[in-house]
Amino acid sequence: MSERISRGDVEHVARLARLELTDDEIDLFTGQLGDILEHAADIEALDVGDIEPTSHPLPLVNVLRRDEIVASVDRDEVLAQAPANEAGQFRVPPVLGEEP
Amino acid sequence: MTDFVAPASTDDTPIEPTLPGGWELVVGLEVHVELDTATKLFCGCANQFGSEPNTNVCPTCLGLPGSLPVMNETAVALAMRLGRALGCDVNRSVMARKNYFYLDMPKDFQTTQYDQPTNSDGKIELGDGFVVGIERAHIEEDTGKSTHVGGGGRINDAEYSLVDYNRAGVPLVEIVSRPDVRTIEHAKAYVEELRGILLATGVSDARMEEGSMRVDANVSVRPHGSDELRTRCEIKNINSVRSLGRAIDYEARRHIDLWTNAGAPDQETRHWDEEGGRTTSGRSKEDADDYRYFQEPDLVPLEPSSEEIAAIDASMPMLPAARRAALLAASDADADAIGILVERGQDELAMVAIDSGADGDKVVTRLVNDLAVDDWSNVTAESFTALIQMESAGDLSATQAKQVLGDLIEKGGDPAALAAARGFEAMDTGELESLVDQLIADHPDEWSRFSRGDDGDRKKMQGFFTGQIMKATQGQADGKAVAQLLAQKSA
Repeated sequence: MSERISRGDVEHVARLARLELTDDEIDLFTGQLGDILEHAADIEALDVGDIEPTSHPLPLVNVLRRDEIVASVDRDEVLAQAPANEAGQFRVPPVLGEEP
Repeated sequence: MTDFVAPASTDDTPIEPTLPGGWELVVGLEVHVELDTATKLFCGCANQFGSEPNTNVCPTCLGLPGSLPVMNETAVALAMRLGRALGCDVNRSVMARKNYFYLDMPKDFQTTQYDQPTNSDGKIELGDGFVVGIERAHIEEDTGKSTHVGGGGRINDAEYSLVDYNRAGVPLVEIVSRPDVRTIEHAKAYVEELRGILLATGVSDARMEEGSMRVDANVSVRPHGSDELRTRCEIKNINSVRSLGRAIDYEARRHIDLWTNAGAPDQETRHWDEEGGRTTSGRSKEDADDYRYFQEPDLVPLEPSSEEIAAIDASMPMLPAARRAALLAASDADADAIGILVERGQDELAMVAIDSGADGDKVVTRLVNDLAVDDWSNVTAESFTALIQMESAGDLSATQAKQVLGDLIEKGGDPAALAAARGFEAMDTGELESLVDQLIADHPDEWSRFSRGDDGDRKKMQGFFTGQIMKATQGQADGKAVAQLLAQKSA
């Protein structure tokens, strides 16, 4: 069991992502996520004081497209992929609570 | 649970700086505006209000696996333009993912900006000179629209929900103010002023009723004179400027009651219930914000050059505050009336007419009163100016000028031709004089009360004679000329 992440943290994150995990899976992922954090800690230990922070590996900025309409997809085709639809819309189970 | 229910807000009674019991109101505003682009933020689907549900969708805005976002250049340009109009610094910015699970975002995250927003540190100056600081104005995508079916449309009782993703991915800018506002009037004025700036810059059509401008208010109270910031609640679902006033009023009273009788309010999101005139608690506590923001790996940073920013500044139109100041300097008219004209975009008409020599106060009054219509696109600065000149020269009476303006609004054109079509011609003085003489002869009693009576009589009888002449000429006589004639004849 890792010290870097607790079972409670894993349960919390799983809940936020609406993932239902078994006890065994919680153990498994707590270990795996702990390993990932351990690796991050190794990197954190390095002295990177004189290295520019990078948000992306490629030195690219301002990748933009023209504001021109491109045909959208066929609605019936899209709706057919969903478990249920009604009146041209996706039909989903009731959601408790307000939008974030 | 100490959920106090304050009496419902019934009107927009302003709470002025000091609230009952020595409390002070503290408000910050978060305004979302949809940018006036042809397409969405990250894909080529149309950014269009009112389309058939789910007809403006594609793999990218539906969040289908393998799709990739590409930033819309017009959205970035409009966001930076708004930033400069708000006096913000335009920064190098980075997109981020705001992760949450909800039906309105098929990707399960909203692409937005977090710690490196495009615009920061600006301000809006209101009509009375009060300044509200702008913390940031960042780019993000809009979410889809859900309709809750069954249970009276209430979300917690719904049987199921329907989702339309046409709006998902529409480009937004969220403008976050500093908590500088202390009165309801300033909160409303801030939203009106921001709306004016959005329209002047062409950044958004800013229609609250269509949702292209949405206002959330962060409300708290504190003892008057203190500089602490107490627990705030974020009020959502405010659909008009009037509702904004009512919602803040209700929420402030709720906070005062809690602090006085029960203790700190919970920091939470609350929903404005327009019909009930109150706010209600939104999410439960275990759903507290936990968005796990991280940088969006599929989009690269935005880095405007100083030349780009200079070009935006150079193309900036005059903003409402400057337009008000210019019209005030030119006309010396009432500040509220000037504010109305600038809001309607009719200040240009006034400026042109005044420049051509018309009386400023008269021009402003005429526009405020007689051009209070939604569609005045047929009225040009030239035609309005020509009309005002005809009126000033006495070619048209005030009543006739009003009628010709009505024709201008309806069909446009040359006011001289419109006046001629109505048969309005300057009545020559001789004709008017013989009419006046006839009236005097027909009404000797009234005339003696006019010419020999006290001031009250004189005034009353002037009204009588003017009314008779207007009736006889069907409003064509020039009121000023009539008054002059009456005065001459009684002297």
